Amino acid sequence: MDAVLHWEGNGTHRIPFGAYTSDELYRRELDRFFYQGHWCYVGLEAEVPKPGDYKRTVIGERSVIMVRDADGGINVVENVCAHRGMRFCRERHGNRKEFVCPYHQWSYTLKGDLQGVPFRRGVKQDGQVLGGMPADFKTSEHGLTKLKVATRGGVVFASFDHEVEPLEEFLGPAILGYFDRLFNGRKLTILGYNRQRIPGNWKLMQENIKDPYHPGLLHTWFVTFGLWRADNKSQLRMDDRHRHAAMISTRGTGGRAEQVTQVSSFKETMQLHDASFLDIVPEPWWNGPTAVMTTIFPSVILQQQVNSVSTRHIQPDGHGSFDFVWTHFGFEDDSEEMTQRRLRQANLFGPAGFVSADDGEVIEFSQQAFESKPFHRTLAELGGHEVEDTEHMVTETLIRGMYRYWREVMEAER
Amino acid sequence: MSASNLNFEDWMALTQLYADYASAVDSGDWDLWPEFFTDDCVYRLQPRENHERGFPLATLSFTSKGMLKDRVYGIKETLFHDPYYQRHVVGAPIVRSVDGGRLRCEANYAVFRTKLSELSTVFNVGRYLDTVVRTPAGFKFASRECVYDSEMIPNSIIYPI
Repeated sequence: MDAVLHWEGNGTHRIPFGAYTSDELYRRELDRFFYQGHWCYVGLEAEVPKPGDYKRTVIGERSVIMVRDADGGINVVENVCAHRGMRFCRERHGNRKEFVCPYHQWSYTLKGDLQGVPFRRGVKQDGQVLGGMPADFKTSEHGLTKLKVATRGGVVFASFDHEVEPLEEFLGPAILGYFDRLFNGRKLTILGYNRQRIPGNWKLMQENIKDPYHPGLLHTWFVTFGLWRADNKSQLRMDDRHRHAAMISTRGTGGRAEQVTQVSSFKETMQLHDASFLDIVPEPWWNGPTAVMTTIFPSVILQQQVNSVSTRHIQPDGHGSFDFVWTHFGFEDDSEEMTQRRLRQANLFGPAGFVSADDGEVIEFSQQAFESKPFHRTLAELGGHEVEDTEHMVTETLIRGMYRYWREVMEAER
Repeated sequence: MSASNLNFEDWMALTQLYADYASAVDSGDWDLWPEFFTDDCVYRLQPRENHERGFPLATLSFTSKGMLKDRVYGIKETLFHDPYYQRHVVGAPIVRSVDGGRLRCEANYAVFRTKLSELSTVFNVGRYLDTVVRTPAGFKFASRECVYDSEMIPNSIIYPI
């Protein structure tokens, strides 16, 4: 490989700025993480409840369509016409009986099979057949690119790689357990979307949610109201290859505690004018933890922060920018009060959220510095140099774990 | 009463309310903002997509003046962010209906953002869907919904639209 990174100490506790600034490495990331060997998030089944319902989204930089066919199955096809390569689907959602590319009216079934080619047999003039596709043209060879699809608990993943391991093995038992805790079979209801464009490398968002060090420091709200504090009871868990992770935390009592009053962002006197922002009602499915933040590498983050639940889809666009799409949802058995509670707590999250708005900001400012001196490196040494599950959150072990996996895949000879 | 019957004084007061609001949220004095609202007000900042598809989620959704004050505290004390200027350009309000002391109004808006040492950019574009009520202290917003066309928030929105 041409873009050679220098890893100080030969571990992953010092991450080269160049890992975030190289177009060449980014192209390889798209190939090796987004287009091969991995399951990527595309959406929730509840977004396409009826036959013919579709949603346009992306995997990596490729446009794909998630669609429910007449049999009720979910298909994911690439939004590239087999003829001239046009991205034919322009609406972001809708309902169709078939897909038709407007350019030359090639039409496809909802499973992605080519069904109609205008003038395939040419035109008849003066008893002669003129033009048309060659006799050996087979529609069966020119469907849309079909992705492999896996659904679990109402969540839809897809892969361009039909040899990819089963979703359950991809997640591994520990992460699968936290996945199933959130998506335990209840039907989901869509509450809506937030979309933001963050001018930083896509990995920084994965790292942000693998970093339990910052929430109790950057996010004053979390510290002050005990939602996320260094002294909360917590666990960090990874899959065997350290690519996915879960940060599990149980809310403390709030108020004073020796460890947090040293934190300058802790505001002991902070009182809300309207306490309904923090009208938290425990739900049976939590089984204890008040927050579980799960990173599924490379494409999605699953959020449970008290009563607010969402998926956060990472859509990279070049090495220095990504779109971040939040889908907030609830469950079919939610009372109206619970729906309102989830919506109210959504004020803490998203691109204007009391807590999350500053995550996008710090990512932008990190990227600015990386671009200016790509030979330098970040430090991820809290808790040592190793990669391991822990029973506390004063460690950057999950970031080291992700880069151990990143190096395995990116440095492999192919 | 139909919108066209609004008397001149009320029309003057209404356009002054819209101009004052824009001036206040561009001033950097965030404490001015909650005072444009009634105590049990609604303030929402919502993507047009959610609005038109009937999804209830808003980027910000506040249901009391107290929540607006909490947002002001957040802006001033708890939300780390890049400082920026914002500049609202707000169209003349359309009065859709007048019902006693309640006016249903709409207005287009565009907000420009200028970060330090950077060019000015289009930040957020949309329309206000408002309910304005007459109070002893003059016209106030009982409800202001900012429904924005802008498909992507450029990283974050910190200050009030």
